[in-house]
Amino acid sequence: MPTPHTALTRALDNRNVLAALFLLPAAVLLLLFLTYPLGLGTWLGFTDTKIGRDGVFIGLDNYEYLWGDAVAQLALFNTLFYTFVASVIKFVLGLWLALLLNKHLPFKALLRAVVLLPFIVPTALSAIAFWWIYDSQFSIISWSLMRMGVINTYIDFLGEPWLARFSTIAANIWRGVPFVAICLLAGLQTISPSYYEAASLDGASDWQKFRYVTLPLLTPIIAVVMTFSVLFTFTDFQLIYVLTRGGPLNSTHLMATLSFQRAISGGSLGEGAALATAMVPFLLAAIMFSYFGLQRRAWQQGGTDK
Amino acid sequence: MSKIKRRDFLKVTAGVAASGALGAGTGLFAPDAFAQYKVTPEKGAKLRVLRWKRFVQGDEDVWAANTKKFTAMTGIDVRVDAEGWEDVRPKAAVAANVGSGPDIIISTMEDAHQYPEKLLDVTDVANYLGKKYGGWYPAAEAYGTHGKNKWVAIMMGAAGNAIVYRDSHVKAAGFDAVPKDLAGFLKLCQALKAKGTPAGFALGNATGDSSWTHWLVWAHGGKLVDAKNNVVINSPETVAALEYAKQLYETFVPGTLSWLDPNNNKAFLDGQISLTANGISVYYAAKTSPDPKLQEMTKDIQHANFPIGLDGKQRELVLVFPMMIFKYTKFPNAAKEYLRFMMEREQYVPWQEASIGYVCHPLAGYESSPFWTADPKVTPYRDCMKIMTPNGFAGDMGYASAAATADFIIPNMVAEAGSGSKTPKEAAERAQKRAERYYKV
Repeated sequence: MPTPHTALTRALDNRNVLAALFLLPAAVLLLLFLTYPLGLGTWLGFTDTKIGRDGVFIGLDNYEYLWGDAVAQLALFNTLFYTFVASVIKFVLGLWLALLLNKHLPFKALLRAVVLLPFIVPTALSAIAFWWIYDSQFSIISWSLMRMGVINTYIDFLGEPWLARFSTIAANIWRGVPFVAICLLAGLQTISPSYYEAASLDGASDWQKFRYVTLPLLTPIIAVVMTFSVLFTFTDFQLIYVLTRGGPLNSTHLMATLSFQRAISGGSLGEGAALATAMVPFLLAAIMFSYFGLQRRAWQQGGTDK
Repeated sequence: MSKIKRRDFLKVTAGVAASGALGAGTGLFAPDAFAQYKVTPEKGAKLRVLRWKRFVQGDEDVWAANTKKFTAMTGIDVRVDAEGWEDVRPKAAVAANVGSGPDIIISTMEDAHQYPEKLLDVTDVANYLGKKYGGWYPAAEAYGTHGKNKWVAIMMGAAGNAIVYRDSHVKAAGFDAVPKDLAGFLKLCQALKAKGTPAGFALGNATGDSSWTHWLVWAHGGKLVDAKNNVVINSPETVAALEYAKQLYETFVPGTLSWLDPNNNKAFLDGQISLTANGISVYYAAKTSPDPKLQEMTKDIQHANFPIGLDGKQRELVLVFPMMIFKYTKFPNAAKEYLRFMMEREQYVPWQEASIGYVCHPLAGYESSPFWTADPKVTPYRDCMKIMTPNGFAGDMGYASAAATADFIIPNMVAEAGSGSKTPKEAAERAQKRAERYYKV
């Protein structure tokens, strides 16, 4: 009969047991803090739970209602618009900034640190700064333009639906560009200079170097960065909550802010959870796109796309 | 400990006997009523109180001082935490749901109606206070009771809301005061606009300061639901209200669609608007500011109640604060004692005074407090709870009314129609559809 001691040692010698043991902490963390809340949120979306009162299963009622709800429809449109415009601009600006920073500039380290600043400042704080910048009575932009004689009434940044959409997008871009830029910069630095030398010898122009060397080698990083960027933008909450609370006329309500308004302020936990769950397919689609569309391209391995 | 308690009790009783002339009939049954009310706090009781964070400093200071006094007299340790008022509500709901948290939560609006079964019955405290201080206002009773005569919350009071205006600008526009009728009020706003000193009311998703939109709808006879909780917002009365809103909006300073709670305070104190709806905090800020410009403005600030509705009734929505004791508390008696103590005249009136009436009393007996008339400018805030109409009007309060209010159905409707982005008819139809969702059983 083996003693307990030897049984334990034998078990620990087993690779599978050991692997399971090492995985356990991570698995517990994931299950407890990720899978469980996600599962609970999804479940709540199928119930009519209110804050402070348990609900009953009502099937797809919440989704049916949200489908026909004008405010939810508007929030969906706003979210897609916000994400698309902000992500595209963040990508272009971020790439441009990364390429610039990749050059040999004076004070390179300092410049790179400065670029990161908007990302480091807590969103809620930068949002408050933007709130003042966009204020209908005290906006510094309006004030300066007035002084310069360019305009004669204050710009109603957050009071006019389309203007409010673009103002919030601008604030989001300001905050999001550094993340994209720094990540892409890291990617740029992994590209070996020898490729560029070879390209030069072949007589490639700057544009051709960018198009046929930089871009293909950067694509995996771009895919990851833009996936994150899209996810962050799609689920943005703080900025809108501080700037507009979803106003004016709900024209800046994102799904996340509307979900909070319905679930927490309004107490309709089930409906809010349904709204939040409704975001998941969009997020999954974004991930799928980046995974299959950008990361598995044959040309990255030297082949051609079919 | 109990000796101090008894002495305190006697003192209170004597004080009331002396001031028995206050309300009609109080003197008659007063001693009897007080004799009936007596609870003994649990030994070694400790209380945790969660309340909304003050808007004016005086409130916080004197509330803390009163709490300290309570601890000194009873030996009950009380910890008061304060958080932004919009955060208290979800926390209270969670506390109710999970069955643990602060013993007392001072929250907002109809919270006591959302989970009445989780709250301690405080009928005895309410009856005692009501009898002693001239009775509860109807709105205080509506928010505090669930079912017939069963009190589940003690009303701390309400953050008053009134028209704040610049006296000299209104006079310059050709008016002696803010007109009491809707037509006159619109004329005043038009005249103010013509003079370049416009009005401005929050039309964004402002949780507190958008409540004037309820007044607007009610004043024209519109209401979200009827007495049986059927949604009736899509009505000719509402459309009339929205037509009025359209005309009123034209007189506003630009930008009100984006306004959240703080915007009108800032714009008013900066002199950019001359008339708005707000709590007393604008006046308080001007009065307590060291800035000579604001000191000058203080003299010019005046307050008025909203114009009277077409049916001759005054209906306004203000932010009420229910104080709820949760059933899970280990020290129900101590908690009740705390609420009683804080509502007694000796504590309540100095506290109210320190915030120059930011919180309007829920008990009729406090109307006569001298500070309401010592500075005539604060007098309009005195009656805020007296004329208040609950947000569930004309139906019941509960999940549906809370959700409909939190979803900004009425403010959105008024903003849509006022700004012209939707016709009044469309805006009313949209509000009807949105509200029906919440009132569906």
